[in-house]
Amino acid sequence: MTAAAALFAQDGPVIPDFGRGDDCIRENGKFCLNWFLDEFTDRFWPRVVEHIELTVIAIAVGFVIAFTAALIAYRYARFELPFANVSALFYTIPSIAFFQIMVPITGIGWLTVEIALVSYTLLILFRNTLTGLREVPTEAKEAAEGMGLTRRQSLMQIELPLAAPAIVAGIRVATVTTISLATVGAFITPLGLGAPIFSAIQTGANTEFVAASLLAIALALIADVAIVMVQRALTPWSRARSPAT
Amino acid sequence: MSAESTAAEIVLDHVTKRYGNSARPAIDDLSLTIPAGEICVLIGPSGGGKTTAMKMINRLITITDGDITIDGTSVRSLELTELRRGIGYVIQQIGLFPHMTVEDNIGTVPRLLGWEKKRIRNRAQELLELVGLDPGEHAKRYPSQLSGGQRQRVGLARAMAADPPLMLMDEPFGAIDPITRERLQNDFLRLHRELRKTVVFVTHDIDEAIKMGDRICILREGGVRAQYDTPEAILAAPADEFVAQFVGADRGLKRLSLRRLDEVELLPVPADDSAGTPACPSKTTLRDALSIMLTEGSTGVVVLGQEGAPTGYMTFEVVSRLLSESEGERVT
Repeated sequence: MTAAAALFAQDGPVIPDFGRGDDCIRENGKFCLNWFLDEFTDRFWPRVVEHIELTVIAIAVGFVIAFTAALIAYRYARFELPFANVSALFYTIPSIAFFQIMVPITGIGWLTVEIALVSYTLLILFRNTLTGLREVPTEAKEAAEGMGLTRRQSLMQIELPLAAPAIVAGIRVATVTTISLATVGAFITPLGLGAPIFSAIQTGANTEFVAASLLAIALALIADVAIVMVQRALTPWSRARSPAT
Repeated sequence: MSAESTAAEIVLDHVTKRYGNSARPAIDDLSLTIPAGEICVLIGPSGGGKTTAMKMINRLITITDGDITIDGTSVRSLELTELRRGIGYVIQQIGLFPHMTVEDNIGTVPRLLGWEKKRIRNRAQELLELVGLDPGEHAKRYPSQLSGGQRQRVGLARAMAADPPLMLMDEPFGAIDPITRERLQNDFLRLHRELRKTVVFVTHDIDEAIKMGDRICILREGGVRAQYDTPEAILAAPADEFVAQFVGADRGLKRLSLRRLDEVELLPVPADDSAGTPACPSKTTLRDALSIMLTEGSTGVVVLGQEGAPTGYMTFEVVSRLLSESEGERVT
């Protein structure tokens, strides 16, 4: 039963259907751990999964678009400005407005939310990828060319691996931002951890509000740490810094 | 060495490089023949086009006019990557790949050539030893964990990985402190005596050119060949005022530094060998021996053989006789 349905199912004070609640939940305490634990599997976990899905899809799609654009701009500098401008434009639109603008075009549903989320990842992913590639040491590129690597080999074996820390750093920021932003998507359609947050705002259910918010924060922190770990595993060379004596 | 390394003869045949529509070419009708197995140093003032000339050999810069051949094959007739994989390339900034271990850096060209992993690893070990690094200690390190001198050694090993018959070296020791540079120079010369590859070596340091070069090509501004000869011949007889100025007023002294006492005809040790006469080993260069004479205020220096016994006597007359020899009498 969704929160909205619960709201209409009863009359009287706005205390939604919390099922078999203890005193804490009946009195709408700030955070009722027992209730949270009881409800976690049915009420929150599916939202967490949705939230992860929203984020992963947004980052994946955003990365494919931004990465391709960055490669094009790296090779042909004249594309940089238009790409940067378009992604910056998306970035500046207020998120709520963006969701609202998209509704007449893509309807009320996950696609609208996803499109908005993707568009917000573009700027940081594009910028970081391009900057990472541009900051590859000239002498490494020159050595690669002089030793007979083809352009493609140089890109795949030298330039992209050396740009990897910057690229992953972009993914990290984009992921954390998207996890946060995705909660606003529930303004359009009840998806992800934004759904319990919105419903709790309407119903005044403290525990639901706090729990969903904390879960969103936890998700962002876990994602952040996980990406840092992946980055370290991928780039052992970037930490090797002890010149021989 | 595993494979018997071969060296290639390089010929620059009326090579011209012109950028865009500029009136003055960067390289103007340059012809050179570099015999197989020799070190040819390209030197000149900035704007002389020494790096440009070198980079036309592996076509990092395209040739406007003329041709360059390696063992008779025009560089223009080869696939670009194939040409470059067959030429060792060392640059001043070294250009090691920071994300690869020393071993993987060295294996770059062999990987491109499709060698087996085991063969690449063995080759890397062999090369590390050759350039004076301990494979056990250094193979798995990243470039950021090496000193400047060690990096340049790895750069050298990487350039030699696929045993190319030709190596291009663009100011390879330019960014290294003087003491390490001298050690690298000596080690490279020793290596070269063993491997006998053809080397094109760019520098702006005339002392380095004299030390390293079997032949030196001096380019003047506008990429015109000013003189191409052995160091001895250039120092003995500069082709013109430009070359004379370029090699410096101390060219006589520089020439003396090319020869050691055991390579020249000395005077007999005087019988009344008074205690005050300085002595030096026969491996000393004439320049250093002369310096000893001047420092000690002596008119001669006793030359000691390997057992420490006097084998000859050097005086100012010996020096001036050698310097007055015409350049044709001696080929180094």
